[in-house]
Amino acid sequence: MSDVIDRPILAEEEAAKSRLRIIDCDVHPSIHAHTDLDQFLPKRWQAHLRTYGSHLRTPYIGTTPYPRSSPLIARRDAWPPTGGPPGSDLDFMRKQHLDPLDIEYGILQVLDLFIFSQQNLEFGAAIQRAINDWQLAFWSDRDPRLKASILAGQDDTEFAIAEIERCAKIGRYVQINVCPRANEPLGRRRYWPIYARAQELGLPLGIHVGGYGGHAPTGGGWPSYYVEEHQSNAHTMAAQLTSLVLEGVPERFPNLKIVFIEGGFGWIPSATWRMDRHFDAFRSEVPHLNRRPSEYVKEHFWFTTQPIDEPDEGKHLRSLIEWVGADRLLFSSDYPHWDFDDPRFAFKTPLTETERRKIFNGNARALYRL
Amino acid sequence: MARHIVARTSEIPPGGNKVFGVEGRDIVVFHVNGEFFALLNRCPHEGAPLEKAACVARLTSPEPGVYQRSRVGELLRCPWHGWEFDMRNGQSYFDPKRVKVRSYPVAVESGEELQKGPYVAETFPVHVEDNYVIVEV
Repeated sequence: MSDVIDRPILAEEEAAKSRLRIIDCDVHPSIHAHTDLDQFLPKRWQAHLRTYGSHLRTPYIGTTPYPRSSPLIARRDAWPPTGGPPGSDLDFMRKQHLDPLDIEYGILQVLDLFIFSQQNLEFGAAIQRAINDWQLAFWSDRDPRLKASILAGQDDTEFAIAEIERCAKIGRYVQINVCPRANEPLGRRRYWPIYARAQELGLPLGIHVGGYGGHAPTGGGWPSYYVEEHQSNAHTMAAQLTSLVLEGVPERFPNLKIVFIEGGFGWIPSATWRMDRHFDAFRSEVPHLNRRPSEYVKEHFWFTTQPIDEPDEGKHLRSLIEWVGADRLLFSSDYPHWDFDDPRFAFKTPLTETERRKIFNGNARALYRL
Repeated sequence: MARHIVARTSEIPPGGNKVFGVEGRDIVVFHVNGEFFALLNRCPHEGAPLEKAACVARLTSPEPGVYQRSRVGELLRCPWHGWEFDMRNGQSYFDPKRVKVRSYPVAVESGEELQKGPYVAETFPVHVEDNYVIVEV
């Protein structure tokens, strides 16, 4: 039998006094049909969606560039019996995910229609407004466990700020989401007004992998396979961490909290070590930084856990968790996607009770003020 | 190991599967190309239900651009992370040294054979036409 799931149970895990409920920082709701957005979308843009459809900044029309492993990148068991795509049926999501895994809160991450990557920025802004309203009406209003994020396509900063203001007035969103694949690296000044507003509002900035900024997803061009593109999510996150830190975003916005979502965390140590080493040599090039990059990383950034790298030896995962810090990690399942992590089996190494409490619940509770 | 009659052969269509609770375990029985295979209904990685797995072929490639399919329908592809397992013995094709799905011996026997026991009581004529799927647990 497998020794992968049969990891040793620590005495303190057995002795845990109270039940630990899960805060899942990456749950994907889906739009059942585009017409569900009609009530939130002006007629002009409904007509646009019907007539012209959605066009992304990629060389491929009407599809994503890679076949994505399984239909709609979903678990094969996540197709609701009532029809519609995985993640589109709240009752089924409750039955399959929220209830059995004892999810106290799920933070919604909407990827439908790739609002961040639309060629037509006005159309992108219109659907981002519609999706933000839809998140409340179809999800948060119907199940108080589900918390919405303000989608804010940052490549038109004016639209993004207007949308952040509008949603902040409603007051029910827990995060502002921008995209890691924008037109320029995220540290650039053109995006700073968004960071300034996020800091003032006290809302974390969420950055979920995916999207297409019009550039190839790797520095070396367009890869051949989905498995290669999936790997590039980690490079993209490393590039954005570097940009944010070295361009001085945490220095300029010391109260801004930044969450990297679905980028995993295996790449963080080497990216940070390299930044520190180069900072020591080249600090005169970035005199606006007053501290070593690792200090900014350890104070301003959080990372959701999925996909968890699974080294052959559990002790290597253990070192990784210790290096990144149990106070920086937020559990996420990525439900209902194919690489979903089950909180009971996701960590192939023992966690202490303190670590479990932080990763599965405490860090997210404090960060999102739940 | 005890032998459990779990189904009539006709209850599991070719290419299909059915889950049975046997001695407290969920066991999934697949019907592939006229044969039956029984496995624990649980991926050893994160516990995904294997009844929802895709039944695929073994795909091998001696070099990029050249693909060969064999044993069509006999490999299970986990519904979550896509790990592949051999239905015959539960062996994984993903990290095969360490990871395996528990598999169980399966037999198909006719009702007539099953009827014979150590005791003989008053008998009545019975017509047995069905075959039964038997899992040893």
